[in-house]
Amino acid sequence: MTATDKKGYYGRFGGQFVPETLMTALQELEDAYEVAKNDDAFQEELAYYLREYVGRATPLYYAEGLTKELGGAKIYLKREDLNHTGAHKINNAIGQALLAKRMGKKKIVAETGAGQHGVATATACALLNLECVVFMGAEDVRRQQLNVFRMELLGTKVVPVEKGSATLKDAVNEALRYWVTHIDDTHYILGSALGPHPFPLIVRDFQRIIGDETKAQMLEKENRLPNAVVACIGGGSNAIGMFYPFVDDAEVAMYGVEAAGHGVDTNKHAAAIHDGKIGVLHGALMYLMQDDNGFIQEAHSISAGLDYPGVGPEHCYLADIGRVQYPHITDAEALEGVKLLCKTEGILPALESAHAIAYVSKLAKQYKEDDIIVVCLSGRGDKDVHTLIDALGGSQS
Amino acid sequence: MSTLTAAIESVQAAGNKAFVPYIMAGDGGLQTLRPTILRLQQIGVTAIEVGIPFTDPVADGPTIEEAGYRALKHGVTLRTVLAELASFRDDITVPLVAMTYLNPILAYGAEAFAKDAKAAGIEGIIVPDMPLEESDIIHGALRNEQVDLIQLVSLTSSPERIAKLTAASEGFVYAVTVNGITGARQAFQDELEQHFKQLATYTKTPILAGFGISTPEHVQTLGAMSSGVIVGSKIVDALTRDDWASIEALVAATKTVQQ
Repeated sequence: MTATDKKGYYGRFGGQFVPETLMTALQELEDAYEVAKNDDAFQEELAYYLREYVGRATPLYYAEGLTKELGGAKIYLKREDLNHTGAHKINNAIGQALLAKRMGKKKIVAETGAGQHGVATATACALLNLECVVFMGAEDVRRQQLNVFRMELLGTKVVPVEKGSATLKDAVNEALRYWVTHIDDTHYILGSALGPHPFPLIVRDFQRIIGDETKAQMLEKENRLPNAVVACIGGGSNAIGMFYPFVDDAEVAMYGVEAAGHGVDTNKHAAAIHDGKIGVLHGALMYLMQDDNGFIQEAHSISAGLDYPGVGPEHCYLADIGRVQYPHITDAEALEGVKLLCKTEGILPALESAHAIAYVSKLAKQYKEDDIIVVCLSGRGDKDVHTLIDALGGSQS
Repeated sequence: MSTLTAAIESVQAAGNKAFVPYIMAGDGGLQTLRPTILRLQQIGVTAIEVGIPFTDPVADGPTIEEAGYRALKHGVTLRTVLAELASFRDDITVPLVAMTYLNPILAYGAEAFAKDAKAAGIEGIIVPDMPLEESDIIHGALRNEQVDLIQLVSLTSSPERIAKLTAASEGFVYAVTVNGITGARQAFQDELEQHFKQLATYTKTPILAGFGISTPEHVQTLGAMSSGVIVGSKIVDALTRDDWASIEALVAATKTVQQ
């Protein structure tokens, strides 16, 4: 094995930085996925569940109220919040659960931050009769009680992780450990476009339906491509799903919005690309928040789903070549984004998606009135109501 | 010849098996490193694996993970460990092997790390989150300083992978004897003996067994199949209780292995 055996690189990012015990499992996954991808029966089964069970295609909705309020480009919202379970995460969870069944695996392990991927995975496992265990940082378990209860109702075992910072990165550590020790009968459904090859590729392929639908719907409604697309970035799964089909359309500008937490000049943020340091965590070489000793730093965002110190390798590459811009939005700005979309459209966005809304509220005026911007509304905000009450106070007048 | 290989082969030439204890550097504070290493040398270990603490040790089980977190609380880093080892380099009489996750090496800089490691008495390194395919990211720097890069072979490795891993491994081959993370286990799988016989057909490099070895009986069982054993969690646990009798019993077991 030499450098030529390296796999899963996006420019200088990605790879397979995992213990030897996982290398055979990753190869099996890659092989099984390659066959499934080219198998019409698999694709038809996936399409069936996405249509009949998830409720796809999701609408591409012209947000007239938001457009008027912002006074600039026409804003469309890609309504991933209308999917079954309330976010884009189900696209990948169903896809990987079907793949696991094909591979003869009977158990699923997953990590979750906000709980959206955990709920999506628990749902897919209930639907497809798979045993499921989800690792979740103890801090997130406290922040997201509602989703913990939902997962348990769906028959999933939720294991709180008290170690380290007790958030998403520690949940990934525990899920990886569990997978290594149960490799024979267990598949790991990674929830974001992260981790060792082939995970970033598989997650992107299962999420690209967001961008593929958007493109077709935009051509149907406006007979043209948008001038820009905007999505929030934690690990980057909804964003890569939206961006990927537009990468070769040079006229479409793309913005992946990182979480700036209390501000990028504080030590409480999750803007890994902005931070600019490169390192290895959870199987991939990527932009990674770390100190001078190479120890991983705790990320911070009001949105549990963006609270991760790294970012998927394909995004790192798209940032490097300048194809996608990666601006950032603070907790406070995201909260304004929540209020803005509630008031102008009657839509409560997830705090994650509110980062994209907040950014488009800055971006819209830089475009002309006949320009078009699409925002990926990756999830709905029901899960965040407790956080919103704490942050905004009980009485909003 | 590699210093590590030579050390293991000389133990075997005397009719014994190699014994390599794993310690977590700085568990109990960095000042414990010198007395621990000197005492292990004194009781006759073949080499010492020095673990470097890391924030996200995904390949480690609870015992070593907790030891690492304790070391981190003492402010221990790759840099401070290498400096401490260098400070008593002349007293170190057995080869050292560093086990560290990749990111601290990348942050240190591969060239600087290899140079400082060698100066600190480190003859080989194990990077549990860097498979062979990715090893060129640091391998050139290690080779320049003649620091061995040790490969792990697992029970899940395919025959093709085993052939490549054993051919590439320097110093010794680290044979992982359980599917999983480091930590004590009660029993061993039946296929182990077959596995070691197969490994030996691929390479002349000594093969050490590791992961889950926690009793003198384990040492004898696994020692009979290999060139020797690496004991991690059990040593870390014994050191926190200052239980040197248990450690000496494990070392003694390497001298009574039935061939």
